[in-house]
Amino acid sequence: MKITRRTALQGTAGALALGLGGFNFDFTRATAQAPAVKRGGNLNFAISAEAPHYDPHASDTYATLHLAAPFYSTLLRFNLSKFPALEGDLAQSWTVTPDLMSYTFKLHPNVKFADGTAFTSADVKATYDRLRDPPQGVVSTRKATFGDIGSIETPDPLTVIFKMKAVNAAMLEHFASPWNVIYAAKDLAENPALPRTKINGTGPFVFVEHVKGSHVAGKKNETYFKKGFPYLDGFKGIFTLQAAAMLNAVQGGQVLGEFRGISPAERDRLVQTMGDKIRIEESSWTLNLLVCFNVDKKPFDDVRVRKALLMAIDRWGGSQGLSKISTLRSVGGVVRPGSPYATPEAELVKLPGFAKDIKKSREEARKLLKEAGHENLSFVLWNRNLAMPYTPAGIFLVDQWRQIGVTVEHKQSDTGAYLATMNAGNHDVAIDFSNLFMDDTSLGLAKYLSVTRSPENRSRSKDEALDKLYDDHMRERDPEKRKAIVRAFEKRLFEQAYQQPLLWWHRIVPTHKTLMGWGMSPSHNLGQQLEGVWINA
Amino acid sequence: MLRYTINRVLLMIPTLIGVAVLVFFLLRVVPGDIVEIKLRGDGGSVTQETIDMERKRLGLDRPLATQFGDWMVGMATLDFGNSMWTERPVVTEIAGRLELSFQVAIMATLVAVLLAIPMGTMAALFRDSWIDYTVRILTIGGLSIPSFWFGMLIMLTLLSLFNWLPPITFTPIYVDPVANLTQLIWPALAVGYRYCAVVARMIRSSLLEVMNEDYVRTARAKGVYERLVISRHALRNALLPAITVIGLEFTFLIGGLVVTEQVFNLNGIGQLFVQSVSRNDFTLIQGMVMLIAAFYVFVNLAIDLLYAVFDPRIRYNA
Repeated sequence: MKITRRTALQGTAGALALGLGGFNFDFTRATAQAPAVKRGGNLNFAISAEAPHYDPHASDTYATLHLAAPFYSTLLRFNLSKFPALEGDLAQSWTVTPDLMSYTFKLHPNVKFADGTAFTSADVKATYDRLRDPPQGVVSTRKATFGDIGSIETPDPLTVIFKMKAVNAAMLEHFASPWNVIYAAKDLAENPALPRTKINGTGPFVFVEHVKGSHVAGKKNETYFKKGFPYLDGFKGIFTLQAAAMLNAVQGGQVLGEFRGISPAERDRLVQTMGDKIRIEESSWTLNLLVCFNVDKKPFDDVRVRKALLMAIDRWGGSQGLSKISTLRSVGGVVRPGSPYATPEAELVKLPGFAKDIKKSREEARKLLKEAGHENLSFVLWNRNLAMPYTPAGIFLVDQWRQIGVTVEHKQSDTGAYLATMNAGNHDVAIDFSNLFMDDTSLGLAKYLSVTRSPENRSRSKDEALDKLYDDHMRERDPEKRKAIVRAFEKRLFEQAYQQPLLWWHRIVPTHKTLMGWGMSPSHNLGQQLEGVWINA
Repeated sequence: MLRYTINRVLLMIPTLIGVAVLVFFLLRVVPGDIVEIKLRGDGGSVTQETIDMERKRLGLDRPLATQFGDWMVGMATLDFGNSMWTERPVVTEIAGRLELSFQVAIMATLVAVLLAIPMGTMAALFRDSWIDYTVRILTIGGLSIPSFWFGMLIMLTLLSLFNWLPPITFTPIYVDPVANLTQLIWPALAVGYRYCAVVARMIRSSLLEVMNEDYVRTARAKGVYERLVISRHALRNALLPAITVIGLEFTFLIGGLVVTEQVFNLNGIGQLFVQSVSRNDFTLIQGMVMLIAAFYVFVNLAIDLLYAVFDPRIRYNA
């Protein structure tokens, strides 16, 4: 029996849809009588970072997507109004075999690239070949993700079949990753590195110009395959690297929104000055800050010391205070709070570092430090010198540890020096971070694998038990069994206390009330094609 | 004079080579790796193999001496290499921002000079009068208020009083002079105010000193009109130190307006400099340091030549 599009969704993402917890959007907009769509106009929006190149395959920064996504299409994509459900983009329909070893996609006909080239299954094959096995001189940051693909077949111009070497229960979600934009096979044949410098996609907009340091501009793709879209005549993404300049631009109406996210203080300023002209949408965010101990350094090779330090942190109280001054808010484990695989609060409070009775927890922490012979512990906390939210997080931790008699020197440095220090293993304790585009655990748990498998594990831990649990969960098709493995993984990780999420971020997006059709989601990497966006002016 | 000029130009070569050696090797001491920032700076899960491949592609795996040699040979042929971040030629990256920074520097200099010369002169001529006190208050204000803060005040005032802000993207003056000036006049005023204060105070003190010189007294004794005494004898000499300050300030404005550029969201050299440093973009930093060093050297030469124009003693000695 073949699994249809509907059952596939039910089996994976659909089965996870236990609710949209932690995901709030502007209900007034959703429930009020929707105004009729107005076509035309140009959208100006702010992008608070500038991408180094145009190739999402080689990028991990939202800046690349906010610049390039309107020009491209992907095979599948996330349906933001039913997140984390999936929908087709270039794929008209798809089927998955019950053993999850073969994925067949039927593609939309009459699709053209911006340069007029007809889109076929050969373009999908060339794109995914580049992703899983990049040629010399090409960077594919998601090479490992597609390592499970055995072969790609194109029986006809509108059909593409992915044959797997091994089961990856989250494969459909990876096909919907916003980073995996489809390039033209002829461009890649001409020069595999061409997408770094040239944009040629099948998306709703056609590239017009990118003035470095200033803006990127696009105009409506008149031959876009989804009839009636996009609504806008064009857009301009304006680089506003300084928060004050971005807020002024939003307030002055020079831009109609900023789609990554702002801080609570910035939100309050806009609401105060703009009143009912500004719309604020909020959601929990697929980002977290981590407390990370370097297990190669003494005394952090002692699990009692690590555990004591985690137990001294009052996350529940901290989230109330920090959420007023920073983008940090939700208390959660290794999976985003409110998402389908998240550990319920009742279970979370039983794990080390999440107790609600902080007095008792700190007493226990002191005992553990005494047992380990480190009652007067002192160390350096490495942090990134980004004000939001790294600085308040660092200050919070210093204060929490001071309360069990631990002395901490808080050192903040530029991103380069910060990463170099952690990667070289020169840190004692660091505030690390995790940035995801979806809730699926195949992505989120990878950071905690043994350092030999996962170089971004800055705790440098090696734990075969965790590695095995991860591999088991990757091959497990039953969502409930998979969830149980994730819980076991989380328990093991927190018991060993190599690293632990401090708090999860909270996304706040400001847009002018005249901006319509843009979809809020828990990830700032999603929903930036802008095809359904229009201006109610 | 010609020999003096040639000597000065030849001296620029070892100066610039010294700067090149210093900037190249000092940058390599700074911790951090552009590849890490590029591929893992936003939390990416990238294999070490990919990181190593990218380092190789950018030529960062080669010995330092080879990298330095290639860079020096490139510079000799005016090829400054490619930015490691954008992979576009360093010259293109800088050229795209230089026009804006250069224009702001020129406009701020014009604002400063046009205001500072009459203000400084009047303050000196009417010493201890209400004119002098007004100029002194204004100039102390200019020195004490940071340009970026003044810029923020300008922006917030425009926003709250007129609900209007200047254009947010740069339009060259030859494309649309109105849009261009509407955008750049505000940063030029913000920066020009401080610049004007420095120059006006310099002119005031210098003019007060010169007015007591023997040659001024002689000119007056000869019965020369007071206006001519001031313009031909006193002010001409009093401007010499002011020219040095104007030259140095102008060069500073090319790459030093980091925060002001951020406040006005200007796509200038200052912002590019900060970005390239935070990304460890060695080739771009090197190119920009060389550009600014060359600017300083040329402006210093121009100042020295101007001194010769204003002061015959220097001309004759040369």
